[in-house]
Amino acid sequence: MTATDADTIDTLVGIAPGSPLDAIRARRPQARTHAEASYRALFAPADPGGVTTLERFAMARFVTGLHGESPTSAFYAARLDGAGASPTLRSAIDAEIAAARTQGPWGSYPRGPLSVENTGGVIHRVADANRAALGARLASAFEHTHMLVFHPRDAAPPSLAAMLAAGWTTTDVVTLSQLVAFLSFQIRVVAGLRTLATTL
Amino acid sequence: MPDTILTPVNPAEPVVFTRDMLDWLPWLEPMAVEDLTPRHMKALVDAARAKSAYFRLLARDPDALEARTLTDKDIFYNPDAGAPRAERELAAAAVSRFNGCIYCASVHARFAGTYSKRVDDVQRLLDVGVGADLGERWNAVVAASVALTATPIAFGAAHVERLRGAGLDDLAIADVIQAASFFNWANRLMLSLGEPTAAAG
Repeated sequence: MTATDADTIDTLVGIAPGSPLDAIRARRPQARTHAEASYRALFAPADPGGVTTLERFAMARFVTGLHGESPTSAFYAARLDGAGASPTLRSAIDAEIAAARTQGPWGSYPRGPLSVENTGGVIHRVADANRAALGARLASAFEHTHMLVFHPRDAAPPSLAAMLAAGWTTTDVVTLSQLVAFLSFQIRVVAGLRTLATTL
Repeated sequence: MPDTILTPVNPAEPVVFTRDMLDWLPWLEPMAVEDLTPRHMKALVDAARAKSAYFRLLARDPDALEARTLTDKDIFYNPDAGAPRAERELAAAAVSRFNGCIYCASVHARFAGTYSKRVDDVQRLLDVGVGADLGERWNAVVAASVALTATPIAFGAAHVERLRGAGLDDLAIADVIQAASFFNWANRLMLSLGEPTAAAG
């Protein structure tokens, strides 16, 4: 195993071989293997299809940045640089993170008894100043992603239609949805296990 | 010619959280059954999933689907100690209730009820929400799952200590962390690629 084969979650949690958390993760070996396989499928795919590596890491930087600074967000910031992001793109993403960061989950239910639980928030729109650096594809994806991160129950066909209109295919949207959803998992496993480690 | 969305006609959209069986209608075109190659079938893991529009949609990225499914199965089905299956399912149901995924909550509330035999408590989670009083051990599982689901993440050492105080060992606590985290993945796919509908018949 080389350094580039290191398990991403182990690295981000700081799990050393032989440590108590190493033993705990070893009890769920398929979850460990396939969480890493998920990372590779989404960030180092055998066939990148219609979503470039740069676009994948731009999305990851945005998603993890929206959760606040953490070892996971720093990891993807470094990967974004490694994917060749221009300073203009990096600053546009950072500006979008700063403008879009809020708290979740909020959102609305189908009209009915659950409507009393509806909670509102600001629907994020990419700033005009950042649209040129991001391009139409990432701009449409960021607006959809903000909803997925903070108010997923508001998801509806129009923001998918906006992504298709910006040039993504149906298959690209599936890949991007998996990417955002996977990161929502990975960042929480890392945060949870780091917290558990402090109590061992 | 760009791809287009689907706009299902859905007069039977559920408006409450329920343990009833639900179906799911996609907003994007799934793969056609006749277009599924051996690679796609392997990614579905269970051949019966070829009948599901949800899994045939995700099969458009087979590597991501296969790795997702195998992660899911080990977190929930691995019988080697740790949290009882019922409590892994409870974590999934609590996350789904908090994020607002009526479809996911229905599936995992049924499982939580089946494995725990505490159907009334599970139904109270659905009816009242994540603040329902389900007894200290389940309350600790729900509180930890909700804190991990919040953005920014609100999970802290106090949640771990509460789980430990309720009798969960370190592997069981890690199971709750993984189960709750996984449903932040599953909910976002189910909520954003289609909508639930009452099962036919």
